[in-house]
Amino acid sequence: MTIPSTSTSTSTERSRTAARPMMRSRRPPSVDRPRRNVILTLVTGVVLVYTLVPLAWLVINATKTQPSLFGSFGLWFSGHFALWDNIVQTVTYDHGIFLRWLLNTVLYVVAGAGGATLLAVLGGYALAKFSFPGKRAVFAIVIGAVAVPGTALAVPTFLMFSRMGLTNTPWAVIIPSLISPFGLYLMWTFASEAIPTELLEAARMDGASELRTFVKISLPLLGPGIVTVLLFTMVATWNNYFLPLIMLKDPTWYPLTLGLNAWNAQAATAGGEAIFNLVITASLLTILPLVTAFLVLQRFWQSGLAAGSVKE
Amino acid sequence: MAPKEWQLVTQTHPAPARAPRSRRRVARSWVGWGFIGPFMTVFTLVFLAPIVYSIYLSLFRQQLVGGNSFVGLDNYRRAFADAQFWSSVARVGLFLAVQVPIMLGIALFVALAIDSGRLFGRNFFRISIFLPYAVPAVVATLMWGFMYGTRFGLIGNIDAALGITLSDPLSPGLVLASIGNIVTWEFVGYNMLIFYSALRVVPTSLYEAAEIDGAGQFRVISAIKLPAIRGALVIATIFSIIGSFQLFNEPSILQNLAPNAITTYFTPNLYAYSLSFSGQQYNYSATVAIIMGLITMAIAYVVQLRGMRKEA
Amino acid sequence: MRGFTHRRLVRGAALAGALTIALAACSSGGSGAPGTTPSTASSAAGQSALEQGGKITVWAWEPTLKKVVADFEAKYPKVTVDLVNAGTGNAQYTALQNAIAAGSGVPDVAQVEYYALPQFAIGGSLADLTSFGAASLDGTFTPGPWASVKQGNGIYGLPMDSGPMALFYNKSVFDKYGIAVPTTWDEYLTAAQKLHAADPSAYIANDTGDAGFATSMIWQAGGHPYTVDGTNVKINLADAGSTAFATLWQKLIDQKLLAPISSWSDQWYQGLGNGTIATLTIGAWMPANLESGVAAGKGQWRVAPMPQWTAGGTATSENGGSSLAVPKASKNQQLAYDFIKYADAGAGVQTRIDGGAFPATTADLQSAAFVNKTFDYFGGQKVNEVLAKSAADVVKGWQYLPFQVYANSVFNDTVGKAYVSGTTLQQGLKAWQDSSVTYGNDQGFTVNK
Repeated sequence: MTIPSTSTSTSTERSRTAARPMMRSRRPPSVDRPRRNVILTLVTGVVLVYTLVPLAWLVINATKTQPSLFGSFGLWFSGHFALWDNIVQTVTYDHGIFLRWLLNTVLYVVAGAGGATLLAVLGGYALAKFSFPGKRAVFAIVIGAVAVPGTALAVPTFLMFSRMGLTNTPWAVIIPSLISPFGLYLMWTFASEAIPTELLEAARMDGASELRTFVKISLPLLGPGIVTVLLFTMVATWNNYFLPLIMLKDPTWYPLTLGLNAWNAQAATAGGEAIFNLVITASLLTILPLVTAFLVLQRFWQSGLAAGSVKE
Repeated sequence: MAPKEWQLVTQTHPAPARAPRSRRRVARSWVGWGFIGPFMTVFTLVFLAPIVYSIYLSLFRQQLVGGNSFVGLDNYRRAFADAQFWSSVARVGLFLAVQVPIMLGIALFVALAIDSGRLFGRNFFRISIFLPYAVPAVVATLMWGFMYGTRFGLIGNIDAALGITLSDPLSPGLVLASIGNIVTWEFVGYNMLIFYSALRVVPTSLYEAAEIDGAGQFRVISAIKLPAIRGALVIATIFSIIGSFQLFNEPSILQNLAPNAITTYFTPNLYAYSLSFSGQQYNYSATVAIIMGLITMAIAYVVQLRGMRKEA
Repeated sequence: MRGFTHRRLVRGAALAGALTIALAACSSGGSGAPGTTPSTASSAAGQSALEQGGKITVWAWEPTLKKVVADFEAKYPKVTVDLVNAGTGNAQYTALQNAIAAGSGVPDVAQVEYYALPQFAIGGSLADLTSFGAASLDGTFTPGPWASVKQGNGIYGLPMDSGPMALFYNKSVFDKYGIAVPTTWDEYLTAAQKLHAADPSAYIANDTGDAGFATSMIWQAGGHPYTVDGTNVKINLADAGSTAFATLWQKLIDQKLLAPISSWSDQWYQGLGNGTIATLTIGAWMPANLESGVAAGKGQWRVAPMPQWTAGGTATSENGGSSLAVPKASKNQQLAYDFIKYADAGAGVQTRIDGGAFPATTADLQSAAFVNKTFDYFGGQKVNEVLAKSAADVVKGWQYLPFQVYANSVFNDTVGKAYVSGTTLQQGLKAWQDSSVTYGNDQGFTVNK
């Protein structure tokens, strides 16, 4: 399977414009500063409302106690403002297991997303800058394997991991997270454009080892791409649900998503305690770190995305 | 929708195998494997080995009574005659035909709107519409599940407020659409960002020329912008197809709320899951997974060929 | 290249082969872990195991076990119990099945619901507890649960709790509309009609199709849809009991008298709290759930005997309830047995009753302290009186399928259609029977042959 591609010349041309975004502001107003359009804003605003309403619902309902959760209009505040109580309850419930899940998730993200990014950077660099036997096959195999439903592979994977004694340990979550086929693809794209081959050849002439060349010359040039891949693998790991569901049995190793689901399921057991208000508050707390990361880092990874095409 | 990490695509697509520039050529050597090796090792462990194992499993049959026996291609014969399996394939086919165009259409519209520069507060639009991507599927489905409630959920609230009776979003006739809505909500911003970052690197000089020639906005979009981001459109479509065929999280979590509308064979992935997890039919489940993988690959390949041909 | 590929294939095949052997060994019902099963059973052996100490892992989701474990560890300081919530119901069975198939990570004790126990027992996954002297506990437990843990001559678990059914009803709703609490299912139908006519937003019950509920109803109606003799299985979901249930329930469905709300959802809790779901016909473990999940219903709910199929009858059935079982792969079976005996038939029982659980032990069910306890939530009613009587009146002779977990998982695919389309319950039951028969035969049982 090859990747659809536009002709090289066009992409180079486009790259140039993107490479110097500052130029945009100096362009004639007709193109660069078009008139703001109220109708277009309103129409797009419909999509905006659509995306924000469920999030608003989440925020509003995180402020409610369980009784008022059941007895009030979903999209407005009601009764006692219990957000703080809910947060305190969430982090203290069951001896603070929520914080443990948070720490686990952080561990999985740091090790999983960090490792995935590292492997993707190395692999993408190899695909972009080296010619080696089996290279054509690599991407075909990777994309072909991705088409097989992961859920159905869960049992075979579980049995294999179990033989290796990895189930119910953090490794069972981290190792599969190390593979980000998209990250590989993105780094391949990025490295082939961002690293001038001449630089590498010059370094080789000087007798630098391949590793040294990579660390000293290539890595710094890959910065924006690495940030982008890191963010996307972070999201994937943070939101990982199915894999830990199969691999982990001990709640002390749960990531947040599994913990949330366990809390939600808890209402449905004999003698179990219904804690819907905590489920909602915990959901809010679960997405906050990622949302914050997006907002804070958006400048970074936006430039990383655009710079994916930057070359000279 | 699984392949989150897959979906983002920037403008450029390297195809070094297809369009090698001679100066980039490095003598074929095994050095590249030093860099791609770690990725491929882990990839082999977590993707290829389970697939190979699944293929092996699909040739056997394990019974609660009677043990394990080699059955050749029996499981494949069974799958080809399995009405439940094909009904699930048809269902995701329908989902694919309706949800994917709507989602990508909205995403494209918003991307074009933001890129046009004619929106008030476009940065706010961009980041807000992207936010749902940060919400784990578990949380998204729980949220929408709460809201879909016809009695006390948002739908119930609307009914009560307006004195009307909206159809139950979780009834058999509507549940697929309701799931489509959740998936659209989760991924519209994500795809929007793919298109937007592709649009950002379209050279503005092209617009200027067009505007001088007196072309209107729609003409600019259809003649310049859309062709320029065809690569991104094709990639987004391919990964949406893979996502549709692997539909699992949303129906599986909603099943608690709509047990009669969402059968155990609602989607192929859910079917494979039910087979191995409730019925312990690991062998048949592996067979279903492999067939689905082949179907998905075939369709993605066709879409890619079509996309490429138009492009040429 | 060819050499490389070949080698990899061979290695893959070897690995796969090893796994299959593990699978086969586990499911063929081979002997348990060597050296664990004592040849003779005596309390002395138990005593020494407890004094010797050791560590066991317990998979259970039952909340009151936490305290039981703490007490147990305090009493036997050398014993460590690792209590793990490995998921609820089917999620945990899946995990257990996977662990057994993989041959590692199997717990020493697992919570298994009665309906799932035969599946694990017949699969050879559970230790027969008669070798530890479990037979001597005959008479300790109420008949329903005790029968459920026995398969042939073996005993594959000790009953932890039980769910004799009763009618939980919202008294304030019944009082408001002057409706009498039904004692028969005919009266129940009439009450349902009156209630819904008086308040169109109110329903006598919610139901979206629940395998556990349907089988319990059939059980109470005297049905025996499943007859199991080793691997010979008969399924008849059109017998008298099944038909009685289907006929009654079809009327409730046709007249739209059941709230289309799934149990345990947020809407369900809301409905139970605000009077729009007026009754629950459910197991005796329900009071604790009502207290914690439906705070708004405090003082409004009461418990009455289960409505009868014939006026003046007393028949009841079990709904839910779990046992604690010892997987055959456990390396510490004696200690595991000591623990479940403590939890299910020893001091643990009182601890669990105090935590809100409904016991399966006859002595506790008959004790004055238990029966005379008043519940503020139920307006001061002595709820356990009704529930304990129900436990004694469970219809005898019920059997579950040795693949009930699968059967229940496809209940909504088949019978569920009756709730959302023109299919009738009877047609649904027939479809359910057909898929169960097919699955059973596929799995090597002899079903309806």
